[in-house]
Amino acid sequence: MTSVAADHALEVINLKKAFGGLAVTQNVSLTIRPGERRLIIGPNGAGKTTLFNQISGDMRPNSGQIKLFGNDVTTLAPYQRAHRGLSRTYQIITLFAGDTLEHNVTLGLLGLRPSRWQMWRPLAFYSDLATEARRTLDAVGLLHLADHPISEIAYGEKRRVELAMALAQKPRVLLLDEPLAGLSDTERSTVKSLIASISRETAVIMIEHDMDTALDLAETVTLLNYGRVIVDGERDTVIADERTREVYLGV
Amino acid sequence: MKWIAAALLAVALVLLPFFAGDFYVNLASQMLIAAIFALSLNLLVGYGGMTSLGHASYLGVAAYMSALLTSRYGWGHGASAVFSILGTTAMAGFFGVIALRATGLGFLMITLALSQVLWGLAYRMSGVTNGDNGIGGLTRPMPFGISLDSAAAFYWFALIVASFSFLMMTVFAASSFGSSLKGVRDQPRRMAALGFNPWMIRWITFVYAGFWGGVSGLLYVYYNKYIHPTSLSTTSSAEALLGVIAGGSGTAAGPAVGAALVLLLKNYVSAYLDRWNMLLGAVFVFIVLVMPTGIVPGLTKLLQRRPR
Repeated sequence: MTSVAADHALEVINLKKAFGGLAVTQNVSLTIRPGERRLIIGPNGAGKTTLFNQISGDMRPNSGQIKLFGNDVTTLAPYQRAHRGLSRTYQIITLFAGDTLEHNVTLGLLGLRPSRWQMWRPLAFYSDLATEARRTLDAVGLLHLADHPISEIAYGEKRRVELAMALAQKPRVLLLDEPLAGLSDTERSTVKSLIASISRETAVIMIEHDMDTALDLAETVTLLNYGRVIVDGERDTVIADERTREVYLGV
Repeated sequence: MKWIAAALLAVALVLLPFFAGDFYVNLASQMLIAAIFALSLNLLVGYGGMTSLGHASYLGVAAYMSALLTSRYGWGHGASAVFSILGTTAMAGFFGVIALRATGLGFLMITLALSQVLWGLAYRMSGVTNGDNGIGGLTRPMPFGISLDSAAAFYWFALIVASFSFLMMTVFAASSFGSSLKGVRDQPRRMAALGFNPWMIRWITFVYAGFWGGVSGLLYVYYNKYIHPTSLSTTSSAEALLGVIAGGSGTAAGPAVGAALVLLLKNYVSAYLDRWNMLLGAVFVFIVLVMPTGIVPGLTKLLQRRPR
């Protein structure tokens, strides 16, 4: 069991999902090693986010299996998967707009701790949570804004808070859904180096359209189209593949 | 400044029976009871985003249970209080499982339906509940041998219970669980991805709100020494909801202020004005137009603007 766990951080086996007659995930299989850097590419509507939603548990597949470190999690709720080391960010920013940056990251920390059930002690008394949240904000370069509400900060900064919330959980598998979407060039390089600095304890699976930036971060690439895996393998092999050029690079 | 105001308010509340007549002391007792009831509803509506139109169930059932146990079965007040609260909380646990199959409007309709069932039972099961005649001739408890029959004694008793309730619910809202609850209200999907169990968080809150609703029900029946099916009616639930929204849902003190205002209009103004419902309506239209987030947040904003 343990040897299996060491082999694969995440396994997706013959996953199928259809909305009525529209098949959005067709027999998708993936294996991700612990600490791997995987980029998932594909044109709009290829089923990338749908795949993420099934891995995180927001959506139930029609058939197939999802395994985290060798354990079947296909029927588990999203929160149960989070407790097994899975964390994700969203393509559309999903933060708590009225709360401070520190509070947002604190929620990320709280989600995995038993103290989230505590009803008779103010959250402000947990100074270790605040310290940890500030440390994470420092790591993404937003410590100076820790006491500001999310609604007051810029879009690019919100993207980094998304990342900070996920990183605070020290996940073993991290799903990043278009972490660079809508960022300026400077912000792009900031977030890029941030992602590059993620610990090797964490396997990172990333959906991204900005190939120039994302390919530098990836070791392996999966190309999806119409819900199918077209090409899957080492970065350079996939880029060189004729089918990749056909589907994605438009050559 | 804020602390001085709070201290002055506390002193005024404690000393009220020394400078106000029995009529006003009784009015204040009723306000305190309505405040606990509204605060318990605020846990659902304000912090949980679960708008319930059936919260009177918990007030009414606790009151009925206490009334029946003490008058019909001859139980002592202590045992029947504990049993009533436990029973009401257990009922909230069961109702929560049913109502939380839905959120939003569906949730509201289920809570309404469940409370209507209880109201119907209270009306029709006259063999048990005495139907439309209600149950009268009840007594007030005597904690530590102190009689609560005078207006002042009961008021102080209600003040102690209300202060404790307020403290507990305020700490609840500020706790990690309260933060989880507010998170689930705002972004349930994100909270689930972070490792929180949204359903369980909502259910526990539902049960906790039922518990405090039961506490207010006990005080209610002690005060009135009488219980009637109207305490289980939709009107009773709706008045509490009005209080929560008028005072400011999701704030610590707002619902208490709102509930006190509704009660004042209902019990005091109605003595002078036949069409007090119209005035109630006008007051709410005014609040909604001028302070859409409620009296307490509205006034806070006003006061903060002044000094500058």
